[in-house]
Amino acid sequence: MNSFSKRSYIVIGIFLITALVFSLRLFNLQVLDPTYKVFATNNVLREVVQYPARGLIYDRNGTLLVHNKPAYDLLVTPREVTAFDTLYLCEMLGITREEIEAGLQAANKYSRYKPSVIVQQIPPEVYAVLQERIYRFKGFHTQSRTLREYTYPVAAHVLGYVGEVNANDIQEDRYYSQGDYIGVSGIERSYENGLRGSKGVKKYLVDVHNRIQGSFLGGEEDIPAQIGKNLTTSIDIDLQLYAEKLLQNKKGSVVALEPATGEILALVSAPVYDPGMLVGRVRASNYSMLVTDTLKPLFNRALMADYPPGSTFKMLNALIALEEQAITSNTYFPCYGVASSPIRCTHDHVSPLHVVEAIRESCNPFLWNTFRSIFSKFSSSSEGYEVWREHVLQFGIGRKLEIDLPIESKGSLPEVSYYDRIYGKGRWNALTVRSLAIGQGELGLTPLQLANYCAAIANRGHYYTPHVVREMEDESIPEKFKTKNFTGISENYFELVIEGMEQAVNGSTGMLKIPGVSMCGKTGTAENPHGSDHSVFMAFAPKDNPKIAISVYIENGVWGARYAAPIASLVIEKYLNDTISGNRGWVEERMMEANLLNPNQPK
Amino acid sequence: MARNKLWTNIDWITVILFILLVFAGWLNIYSAVYNDTEQHSIFDFSQRYGKQLIWILAAFLIAFTILLIETNFYLFFSYIIYGLVIFTLVLVLLFGTEINYSKSWLTFGWFSFQPAEFGKFAAALALAKFMSSFGFKLSRPKSIAIISLIVLLPAFLIFLQNDTGSALVYSAFILVLYREGLSGVVLFFGTLIALLFIFSLVLSEVLLFGILTSLTLLVYMIANPGLKYFFRVIFIWVSVVILFAGLNFLLKTGMEPGIILAGTLLLGGVVVWIYSARNKLKNYVTITIIFIGAILFSLSVDFTFSQVLNSYQQARIHELLGIESDPLGVGYNVNQSKIAIGSGGFWGKGFLNGTQTKYKFVPEQSTDFIFCTVGEEWGFAGTFVVVSLFVALFIRLIFLAERQRSGFSRIYGYAAAVIFFFHFAVNIGMTIGMMPVIGIPLPFFSYGGSSLWGFTILLFIFIRLDASRLDYLSY
Ligand SMILES: [Zn+2]
Repeated sequence: MNSFSKRSYIVIGIFLITALVFSLRLFNLQVLDPTYKVFATNNVLREVVQYPARGLIYDRNGTLLVHNKPAYDLLVTPREVTAFDTLYLCEMLGITREEIEAGLQAANKYSRYKPSVIVQQIPPEVYAVLQERIYRFKGFHTQSRTLREYTYPVAAHVLGYVGEVNANDIQEDRYYSQGDYIGVSGIERSYENGLRGSKGVKKYLVDVHNRIQGSFLGGEEDIPAQIGKNLTTSIDIDLQLYAEKLLQNKKGSVVALEPATGEILALVSAPVYDPGMLVGRVRASNYSMLVTDTLKPLFNRALMADYPPGSTFKMLNALIALEEQAITSNTYFPCYGVASSPIRCTHDHVSPLHVVEAIRESCNPFLWNTFRSIFSKFSSSSEGYEVWREHVLQFGIGRKLEIDLPIESKGSLPEVSYYDRIYGKGRWNALTVRSLAIGQGELGLTPLQLANYCAAIANRGHYYTPHVVREMEDESIPEKFKTKNFTGISENYFELVIEGMEQAVNGSTGMLKIPGVSMCGKTGTAENPHGSDHSVFMAFAPKDNPKIAISVYIENGVWGARYAAPIASLVIEKYLNDTISGNRGWVEERMMEANLLNPNQPK
Repeated sequence: MARNKLWTNIDWITVILFILLVFAGWLNIYSAVYNDTEQHSIFDFSQRYGKQLIWILAAFLIAFTILLIETNFYLFFSYIIYGLVIFTLVLVLLFGTEINYSKSWLTFGWFSFQPAEFGKFAAALALAKFMSSFGFKLSRPKSIAIISLIVLLPAFLIFLQNDTGSALVYSAFILVLYREGLSGVVLFFGTLIALLFIFSLVLSEVLLFGILTSLTLLVYMIANPGLKYFFRVIFIWVSVVILFAGLNFLLKTGMEPGIILAGTLLLGGVVVWIYSARNKLKNYVTITIIFIGAILFSLSVDFTFSQVLNSYQQARIHELLGIESDPLGVGYNVNQSKIAIGSGGFWGKGFLNGTQTKYKFVPEQSTDFIFCTVGEEWGFAGTFVVVSLFVALFIRLIFLAERQRSGFSRIYGYAAAVIFFFHFAVNIGMTIGMMPVIGIPLPFFSYGGSSLWGFTILLFIFIRLDASRLDYLSY
């Protein structure tokens, strides 16, 4: 039975060896190793979180846009607090007695032994005074933080802002703890993981008089903070400044991008606000002011507003019809007659006319006939619509473009089921949805989508996903920004619509002709039931080897050629030529001075 | 029946060890909770020490009751007790209350308890009953299957409660099986791989290396069971260790203590190795190969973990191992715990004079990290006494188990000893940074009624069985 009884020695051996190992370890820890002894003298270990500076943000030419300035928090460890001159502290910090008392109470509730922040973001000059007198306030100490500072008061919608983490952020990512900062919108949000760096810990020994005695273990156990990674955006800050200036006293947007890369050169949503308003102790009051502003400055129109594209959509309908061989370059439609009656022409021009002329003249009947021809290629309207819709989707319209900013609208491009629901299955046709032919009706494009669609035309059939960041320190930009997205429409058809766009610009008023630059563009008018129509323009330049594609929406700008087109031409000229030619100074002046904040503008 | 002789047959050494440990535990809980700004009576039942006092008195009552119950009761009802405990474990999963992310509490009005703490003695009873049944042979696959079922079922249910630490305790039963004839190879490799895996993630390389060397020595002795060699090898090795350490001390080479330890262990190993080669002892080549293999294994685990896995996967593994998350940064808990223990010095700061513990730097001060208070206030003298008391208890239990005539009592005794040992090793190991932070209590010390009662029942059933060891012939 007890044949294995000798094994009891092994079991006892295991017990003894464990006890021996523990005893040796304890002897080492408690007797030999001196590092922990310092605590015997009632010293306190203070762990101070080291907050790294966030990464810097540059524009495409290396101009610094966002950097950091120091600020300080005052912390309190309730257990260590002794009676102090409250009034003096309040005076120094410029806060009320009640605030201090409420802060102390909250800190006490959180923990008597661990420090909590009691006054946030003390400016450096106050800190200098405070630091000299901190010995009078036992239980209080400071920690340094950094706040964002902006070189230029522009591009708030791109850069975004930084705020304190909320409970949700802490739950989602264990990195954060109470009081940490996090990017709330814009680049600050979408590139948060790189920009934030990583927090460190410094351990100090502090004596009973709240004086730092030195670092614990010579800093051996400190974890250094790692500075956030720097970002280079694709924004051209001069262009951004210029575009924001042109949009002063207006609502609307400008999105300019480089067709060859998809890099966004300027992105304006007007009215703009100074990103510096949302930094530091003034943030809360400024934020509520911006939120309640009826002009909605926080709303990023460039990415979030769905405007009808108006006539700018006509090129797309023509391209789809050409690709589906519903029309050819030699198809002529007249401006008059029964076939053209559903949508009438608004002005006089040659008739009948072909596709290039139709785009030049923005001919509604031609586009209606074209739209109908697409539908009649298919056995049912819903099938025709489905094919048409697929083509539109391939231009990044009706879906999110996946730009590297946190929020964007997908615009509006109804599915077949939408019309089935309204008109009944099989009870609608091209005529029912004819407003789509001229870019009205249910269509909604964000300014970003319009600019991207323009870039796809400029590239003769493909686009790169628009993005605002060119590179991040030690990291390459995601593959999706380097991949061509093809529109599925043959290159040679693009030449026809581009020809039309060029002629449209050349045949127009002098306001948008840039000396020496072949610009291709198209005006549009977005119907607005709440006031004057919106002025729309999309363009790219030069015609060959385009450097810039742009979309401009000016709310209540009445019609495309009035505001959007001249503003776009100025932005393009500024970007290509660096300066506005002398004889166009009056255009610039007129655009900058225009105040369109009243939603009802004279026709 | 021998009721009259019961009180003389009880092993009072064990009972006294038990009382000493419980008393020492309470003192430390008192000190851990004690706050010089708020004075309370020790009977203040709103304080943890007050509550613990009630639980200790209840535990004594439970112990007394257990002693009064006939031995036959445990023998005949072991499966039923096991079944009831399994049933409550299922109830917990269905109706349990969640505290600290683990759903392991059953609440009846004001009273709540953790059934997991009672799974251990139930599993020990069932295992003892099964393995002592007539015609039982460990070598049969069916036996192994049933044993696994008995042990793993409660472990699995506890694991589902999200209390991985308490579930891991059941792995200690492998030592019982080993005593009952399980091949040493199985024990050895099973344990080695599990421990290496955990240790590679927790310990520094130097320390792991030192432990591996000691382990190799242990295995070496298993392979050469002759007592003559046992003592000789121990002697040679210990003298080399002392020599080397002494030299280091005299010459003040200023080497890291860890490196000195590892170095001496290795050097001792080398000397033993030469000795074995000359005396043509068995298996020394095999053991050397296993030793080197173990080093390579741990290095590769280390490498895989830190280089190949991303931080998310690492966190998952930590979670699976029951290693607690560390909200204040890497090793915060363990660091604070080591500081508290280390600051105690040789004699400690004295009762109620601990500062680290008062500052609440150490988390879970009165439960999982109660050993910190011992270390800080009683110094090395205190920790050494506590470690010695525990080991004395374990060895006493093994001694008692070996003197049983019935297989049932012996197996139960072993089960009790190894469960206590597992708790001891993991809990203390955790506070001194040698084990992952797995939240399991230190027997008799940690604050908490359920665990104290569970351990008391586990211990006193065996004391009762031992007191009747002469009543029966072996099965
Ligand atoms: Zn016309």
